[in-house]
Amino acid sequence: MNELESSPTRLGRLPEAVPLRRRAVWRKGVSITLAYLILLAILAFAAFPFLWTLAISITDKRAAGISIYDFPRSLFPPAITLSNFVEVFEKLKLGKYFVNSVVITGLTVVGTLIVSALAAYPLARLRFPGKNLIFGAIIATLVLPTETSFIVNVLTLNKLHLLGTYWGVVLPIVATAFGIFLMRQAYLAIPSTLMEAARIDGASELQILWRIMIPLSMPSLTALGIFTLVNTWNAYFWPSVALLTNEELLPMSVAILKLKGQFNYDTFNVAAGAILMMIPVLLVFVLAQRLFMRGLEGAVKG
Amino acid sequence: MRRQAWTTSLIAYAFLAPALVLMGLFTFYPVIYGAYLGFTEYTAANLGSGEPPRWVGLENFAQVLRDPLFQTGIWNSLKYLVVVPILQIASLAVAVLVNQKLPFMAFFRAGYYIPVITSISLAAVMWEWIFQKDGFLNWSLRLLGFFNQGGQFNWLLNERTALWVIMLVTFWRGFGYYMVLYLAGLQGIPGELEEAATLDGASAWQRFWKIIVPLMRPTILLCSLLSTIAAIRVLEEILVFTGGTGGPLNSTYTALLYVYNKSLGLDFNYGVASAAGLLIALVGFGLSYLNFRINREGGER
Repeated sequence: MNELESSPTRLGRLPEAVPLRRRAVWRKGVSITLAYLILLAILAFAAFPFLWTLAISITDKRAAGISIYDFPRSLFPPAITLSNFVEVFEKLKLGKYFVNSVVITGLTVVGTLIVSALAAYPLARLRFPGKNLIFGAIIATLVLPTETSFIVNVLTLNKLHLLGTYWGVVLPIVATAFGIFLMRQAYLAIPSTLMEAARIDGASELQILWRIMIPLSMPSLTALGIFTLVNTWNAYFWPSVALLTNEELLPMSVAILKLKGQFNYDTFNVAAGAILMMIPVLLVFVLAQRLFMRGLEGAVKG
Repeated sequence: MRRQAWTTSLIAYAFLAPALVLMGLFTFYPVIYGAYLGFTEYTAANLGSGEPPRWVGLENFAQVLRDPLFQTGIWNSLKYLVVVPILQIASLAVAVLVNQKLPFMAFFRAGYYIPVITSISLAAVMWEWIFQKDGFLNWSLRLLGFFNQGGQFNWLLNERTALWVIMLVTFWRGFGYYMVLYLAGLQGIPGELEEAATLDGASAWQRFWKIIVPLMRPTILLCSLLSTIAAIRVLEEILVFTGGTGGPLNSTYTALLYVYNKSLGLDFNYGVASAAGLLIALVGFGLSYLNFRINREGGER
């Protein structure tokens, strides 16, 4: 701020303005070029691992003497094929893990949407005893020291006979403060006159929720769904813990590392598996980028 | 009228029931019961025979604090905090860069977000190929003349570099995330302020440190808090890159990896693991407090 206060002294230089302006234009050109160079360098850093993996996955390994460490040849595949993608299903049985990922992600997204849409309604729109206490408790989950919760959750799931099942992975993660808070904000933005009119017409609370609140908060619901989808699809730690006893149900995110850990694994097939796992997320991201980033901002403001 | 109030409460609690039951069982109960377990002797053997946990007071804490492996873990987790200031300043700088009114900015923003939507397990697959002895990193360094072929090593198998290259991956996956948060914060800074400073001849460097950083202090506090807590709790990165060994030579053995290995990895000693978890939580609270203090003092200056 001190810089700004000293500005009047600069006015004294005004008569030199003409050559200065030409220099300013030149300097601006340099600074824009520099900005783009930096932007491109950061983009290379961000995207290189993905792009190289993509290159490996479409490399035809039958071409003589191909190694992924044969630079710079391995960055630009000399012969292209899709057979790695076929092999990863045939040899590594990736299909099974893909289905597991779809089931776990699907159940989590639907569960999160239902639980959040239901719980947020009374918190936003009904008056009942204990409301503030419950809302406070839900927000408090954001600051709880949860680093060791996975131990007790494993013991609990074991007692409920849910350890090593799809439900064991899904149930502990569907009720989140973020989801409830996001939906509550959406409901609060809906004019109360709509609800009052519906009540006069004799609509029940469930009807109000289903016919008015949910249709009018579709953008938030979609954002929550997409956010949950990407997070669950990518999640590594919790599914690996909850399915420690049952490797048959592992999602791709966990299985891909198991495949890579095998002795003498085929690099090209693993790369193809990685790309297959990445494609759905990239598609969702490209199609709903704006909603996705809004969800992320909400995650933190919540 | 009272009857109606009663019905409303009933409906409210019916709607809240699924969330309250699940949160109670899987979020609140583990925190409370986990804290209790820290003061008890409880192992897989007890679990198998149906014995309840046995109260042992502070014994577990004494055992954990004396364990050199836990000390290594805490030290490595504290080392991991180095990533926090670097990540935050870089993310803010990137946010400023893509916040300019120039063509293709949306494209760059989306590109920087790719690492954020890359699963940690995929990141491990991809980056391992880069850090290999014959990998891309060594090839580039050799191209730039830093290395001859004999001096090459696998960055993940060298005890002096392993933790730092894993941190690099944390940085890679994090900067796009914080960039989005900072972009939201930057919307609140009036453009005239920067224009005025530019007219006064302030360089981009000066504008960043004298205008943007002070005005963004609330967002910086929030982001560094998130980033600090994530750093002290680092576990996933270590699991995917080292397979849970914390190697080479325990150089990547973090505090939470100790908890993981004590409870699920090798020992199945839930009491000791929970005690270690409580100690880490304590460190986390201390660091959060420190974060508030540092940011507030910086703001008053």
